[in-house]
Formats: sequence, C-alpha cells, structure tokens
Amino acid sequence: MHADPAGVLTGAHFLDGDHACCEGALAAECRFVAGYPITPSTEVVERISQRFPLVGGVFIQMEDELASSIAIAGAVWGGKRAMTVTSGPGFSLMMEHIGFAVMTETPCVFVNVQRGGPSTGLPTLPAQADMMQARWGSHGDYEIIAVCPNSPQECFDLTIKAFNLAEQYRTPVMVMLDECVGHMMERVVVPAPEAIEIYPRRWTNAPLDEYLPFAPEQDLVPAMARAGQGYRFHMTGLTHNEKGYPDMTVSGQARLLKRLTDKIKKNAIALTDVVGDQVDGAEAVVLSYGITSRVAQKAVQTLRAQGRRVGSLRLRTVWPFPEYLIRDLAGKVRAFVVPELNLGQIVREVERCANGTRVVGVPHAGGTVHDPAVIAQAITEALR
Amino acid sequence: MSVENPVERYLRSDRMPHIWCPGCGIGTTVNCFTRAIDESGIPMDRLAVVSGIGCTGRVAGYMHVDSFHTTHGRAIPFATGLKLAAPAMKVVVYSGDGDLFAIGGNHFIHAARRNLDMTVICVNNLTYGMTGGQLTPTTPEEAIASTTPYGNFEHPFNLPYLAESCGAVYVARWTTYHVTQMKKAMKEALLKKGFSFVEVISPCPTLYGRRNRIGDSLDEMKTYKTRSQIKNGADTKEVDLGMGGPIVVGKFVDRERTTYQDAMEAFYTRKLGNRYARASQ
Repeated sequence: MHADPAGVLTGAHFLDGDHACCEGALAAECRFVAGYPITPSTEVVERISQRFPLVGGVFIQMEDELASSIAIAGAVWGGKRAMTVTSGPGFSLMMEHIGFAVMTETPCVFVNVQRGGPSTGLPTLPAQADMMQARWGSHGDYEIIAVCPNSPQECFDLTIKAFNLAEQYRTPVMVMLDECVGHMMERVVVPAPEAIEIYPRRWTNAPLDEYLPFAPEQDLVPAMARAGQGYRFHMTGLTHNEKGYPDMTVSGQARLLKRLTDKIKKNAIALTDVVGDQVDGAEAVVLSYGITSRVAQKAVQTLRAQGRRVGSLRLRTVWPFPEYLIRDLAGKVRAFVVPELNLGQIVREVERCANGTRVVGVPHAGGTVHDPAVIAQAITEALR
Repeated sequence: MSVENPVERYLRSDRMPHIWCPGCGIGTTVNCFTRAIDESGIPMDRLAVVSGIGCTGRVAGYMHVDSFHTTHGRAIPFATGLKLAAPAMKVVVYSGDGDLFAIGGNHFIHAARRNLDMTVICVNNLTYGMTGGQLTPTTPEEAIASTTPYGNFEHPFNLPYLAESCGAVYVARWTTYHVTQMKKAMKEALLKKGFSFVEVISPCPTLYGRRNRIGDSLDEMKTYKTRSQIKNGADTKEVDLGMGGPIVVGKFVDRERTTYQDAMEAFYTRKLGNRYARASQ
C-alpha cells in the first residue's frame, strides 16, 4: 500500500529532526497525535498542530503524558494510526502505557527526543541515556522495537518505518531521537507518495460471530478490529485468552507471554537494520547509534588515516538488539568500541554477545556530543 | 418454556458468574445501565464501554459491546482518544470512585472542562474494594478504612460539585436503592450531548459496610432509603456526603455547552475555511 498523498509533502526541504519526524508521521498516515509539551520534543507536536487540520488529522494537547500515552491507544482502537511525542521525564510517565500497548497489541508509536537525566536533568541538551528505559522501562517481561535516527532525513524515514513495524507486529515502537538530531537542520527529501510503502493495518475479515481478537495468525500476530464494526470485542491489560477475556492462570500467562515475545524475537533477523562500513577484516569495530554515530565517524576516519583497519556498525534499529551480528564478529575482531551519550547502556549488550572479545565503552554523561579525539583514543587503546 | 432476561443480551453470559461479592451494588448499577441502553435506543454496535481498574473496572468486561479494560485511572483519556477517532461511537466510561477521582482525577476535570462528548458513570462505594478497603477521595470523614484504622480525617470530594464546576453538562446522583431513577438518569446521560456524569452511591458490604457498622447490604439499602433526600436541581455545593446526615440525590445539572469536537470543527472551519480537512470516520 502506498501513502495517502494528502499527508505527503513531496520535495526537498530544510528541516530539523523534530519537524522531519512530524512529516514522517504524516506520510505514514498517522492521523491522531496526543502530546504534552516538553523540551526538546515540542517542535514535533507544534508542527503536527499546524499540519493536522489541513490533512484530516486530530491533535489534542492532553493534560499530561499519562493521558497522552493512553489517548493514542484509544484512537488506535477507534481506527486511527497514532503516536505520542515526549522527552525523558514524560517518557518516564508513559512507561505503564508502553506495557499496556504491548499487552493489548495496540500498534502505536512513541517518539522520545532524548535529553540528559535523571529527573529534569538537562532539558535543552542531548543524551542517549533512555536506551535501556526504552527496552525495559515498563514492568513485566516483553520485547520492544526501537529505531534510532542520526539525521533529520532519518527522522523522516525511520518514523515511517516505526509506523510500519508497529502495524506489522502490532506492538508499540519507539523512535529514539536525541536533542542534537531533533534540533539540527538538514536537507530532507520527501519522496512521492507512490514511493512510500505503508504497511496497512491488519484488519480482520472474520465473520462477526467467529472473530477471536487475540487468536494469532501464522506469524503470531492477531488481526485487529476497531470499535463500531459489530464485533463487540473485549480487550484488557490483564493476562487474557484468545477471546480477549481475562485468563489469569499459570498456563495462560506462559502462553500469552511466549507469543508476545516470540512474535518479535523470532523476527530478530528481519528486524535488523544496521549500516556496516568496512567491517570485514576489521581489527576493531566501532558500534554506535544516533548522533554519536556521526561523531564516531570522524574518529574512525582518523584511525583509518593512520593505517588501522577500523570498521563501523551503526544501529538504525537498536531493539531488538542484533546480537547475532556481534556473536558472528566476536573472535574475528580484536575489539568492539562503543561510544554512547550515557554511562554505559548498549555497551552491556555488546559485552553480553562478545564472547570474550574485548569491549571498550566510551561513556559520556551527556550535555554535548563526544569529542571525536576521545573516541579515537579509545579505539587506539582498544587495539594496543 | 424459556424466558429470556431482558438484560441478558447486553451481557457476556459466557463470563458469568461475575467477580462481585454478594451484596455488592455494582451489579445493580449494571442492571440499570443495560435497561438504560435499551430505552435509549442506542444500537449496541455503536456503544463502547471503557473501564479503569478495580471492582467497577470489571464492568467493561461483562458488557456485550466493544469494551476496553484499560489502566488504573486512565479510562477517561483512553475514551478521549477513542471518541475523537470514532466520533460515531457513544463512549461510556464506567469506573469506581478511587479509579476516577484519586489516580484519575486530573483526567476527569479536564474531560469535563473540554466537554468531551462522553458519559462517565461512577459507582461510588466510598472505598477501594479490589485492594481490600482503603481510603478513597470520597471516603467520608470519620469512616474506618484499612488505611485509616482510627477513622478518616481527610476532607472528601463532593463529586457532583466537582463535576459541575469543571463543566459537566449533566450531573445526577442516585443510590442503588433508587433503581428506577438511576436507570432514567443513565438514559438521560447517554442521550445528552457533551460530558455527562452519573454518580451512584453503592454498598460495599464486605469492605466498607461491615467495617463501619452499617451492617450488610440490606441494612445499607435501608440506610439509603432513610437518609436519601430527593432534591432535583439542588445546589451541588450543598450535596456533600458525611457518615450520617442526608444523602442528597437527584438530577442537579442539565445544561448546554458546545462539545470539544463541535468547537474544534466550527473553529477550524472559521479560521481555515475550505483548507480545513475534517477527520474521516
């Protein structure tokens, strides 16, 4: 299915990442956004509020992030594609509804323009310190999908991708920007609508009295109904059976959690989205994501100029973590170097999969990006 | 000869028996609600029931309509998204006093302020039943709860006053003794355009009545009968509830205000003219 032309601003634009994210959502046929103002994400909803009345969308500024993060679920069950947008403190408030969306298999998108934390932290300055929160922040066991753009163009592209994955897997998808990517302005090319692929909602076509709202199809994902079609279905955040009725038993819990996690885990390879550069034959591989990947590039170039064989792996999809790639490289390279704007989050994933190969983190508490020289120094030391 | 109970088609019989205790008033409110739907003429396929968490939060799951059992306190914002996405639906939030007015209080006041076109039914049993009888924002002063073992010294909310102050266009209160009036109020609320609110004072014999020496559910119904004073149009400032004294019941507010969606559409039409694209349904 191709994008509805009404929401697609085809052409070349000069946009910041927040605005590009808004345009990505519009192109992905998002027509409901609930948000609450928070720096540095507010520009996304400001542009939404300006654009939506012109394209048949509904934007509502809710009373807080708790409300925003469940209003989108209501809109999805009313038939819309929906997202909410926030930053650190708001993201913390949204955690319960990420779990609710996982449990009720509500396809929706959460955008987090990351800033420094904990607490109010650094409202106007960048960090990448919510990466583990995106993965584990809601209570209970679950899998999640998170994409991480490193430019305004990717804010556009990966927001569309996030909506498509949300629909395909019927799960919430996180778009993890950071303040730098959100506020940097670059050229963003919006393709023609017919060049934008949209994954349609998996509407059920079951007869009214035969529909089981949580009975999976072959790929473990159930087909969806919306309110008002006559299915008179039930959904709940409680552990439930295929009918959607509460089934709070040991076996019911085991069965549901297995399916909810398997539908993502079993597609870890299909979900992998990494950009590799000179990884084959590399002595060291620098693994990075988001804004830090652009800074790391400078360090990689410096080392290559010195004759070192340094490869680069950039994660565009951070969750599920592409662990099989790291396991495959472990033993072939002498070291992994992981710069990130936090005190060590994704580096733990690399360590988990490195099978004894040296892993060197390059932590940074946030507020600015790394000095490329510090990353270059870490690579040099890793290879010593 | 088989006789069908008239409320049965509105319920999910395959989910019976329900979880509520003997003597609980929630079932009585659901009975009235089904009859109100029936009389309202709203097609079942056009009705959605949204609940939060708690004993009353289980109502959605027993209603044979599109039904949503959401998170604690957040039924109203879920319903907000649902209504804005599917305006043809009649959206009813059905939940308890703790869910709607403690953890969910902020959403109630803003939904009333916006005049979202939805009905909120609060079964007010003055306690948290599901978790074992703790203090809620409506527990009367002096009442014993599991977290106020010496009695409550907090001032409770007066729900009709709160609803009216925040902008609700229809506000009524009844008790589970007043089944005819309750059903009528629910029907009027269902048919009222805008944010309508029905409070039903309801017994929780297991965790409130017994602890506060009201007795069993029958005793509680007798209390409702003797304490209730019907005052339609009463000043909502005057209808707060205490341990003793009158329970003022009736229809307190029935007025007109532009709904959120009508305001939005009229405003954008005025400001944007034919550039405005209405949301598709």
